[in-house]
Amino acid sequence: MKIHLTSVFVDDQAKAEHFYTEVLGFVKKHDVPVGGEARWLTVVSPDEPGGTELLLEPAGHPAVKPYRDTLVNDGIPLAQFAVADVQAEYERLRALGVHFTQEPLEMGPVTTAVFDDTCGNLIQIATQPE
Amino acid sequence: MVVADDLFKALADSTRRTILDELAEKSGQTLFEICSRLSMKHQLGISRQAISQHLAVLEAAGLVETRREGRYKFHDLNTAPLRQITERWLVPDPSGPEKSTS
Repeated sequence: MKIHLTSVFVDDQAKAEHFYTEVLGFVKKHDVPVGGEARWLTVVSPDEPGGTELLLEPAGHPAVKPYRDTLVNDGIPLAQFAVADVQAEYERLRALGVHFTQEPLEMGPVTTAVFDDTCGNLIQIATQPE
Repeated sequence: MVVADDLFKALADSTRRTILDELAEKSGQTLFEICSRLSMKHQLGISRQAISQHLAVLEAAGLVETRREGRYKFHDLNTAPLRQITERWLVPDPSGPEKSTS
């Protein structure tokens, strides 16, 4: 079994497409209309075009808002992405106007930081421990 | 005004003192960051719920204040209540290099 796709709920798919591709640097993999205004919209890392897809899923279900609001209130991220250098990525994203709720924090072998994806979620970036 | 009992009770626990140490290093932390620091830096295996309860005790003692910024809640250190301790027992040293303002 493989982890082939995972998802985050996004307030606005067009805005999410912009943020996840133009700002974070992922590339769009699938973009298929699925009824109404909803799209099956996935992105992948440019480093791994055949890797795990991230589905940017519409946040319309009534359960999503209370679920996310409660987690965001406590600063809890809903997904984690691996980067080579958290500090460098923090500075790059900060320069693009991304808001961080946790600045780079070195904790033993792991460094993490947490930012707001502008679509309703907090995302953690981390260095992969070797 | 914070009741002295609340202040001393809050300080009488090593986990709560560690939380204060971490907030002294950097003010303005989410619950998630406090939990990360306690587990990753201090190897304290405490549940998020237990940490929330510790924070509530610190907040009741006035040592931690929370503020809302948009959708997030941040915790700040407030050392003002600690003055009660120094003002209660420590006598200002008149020969010291710094003059007392009171």
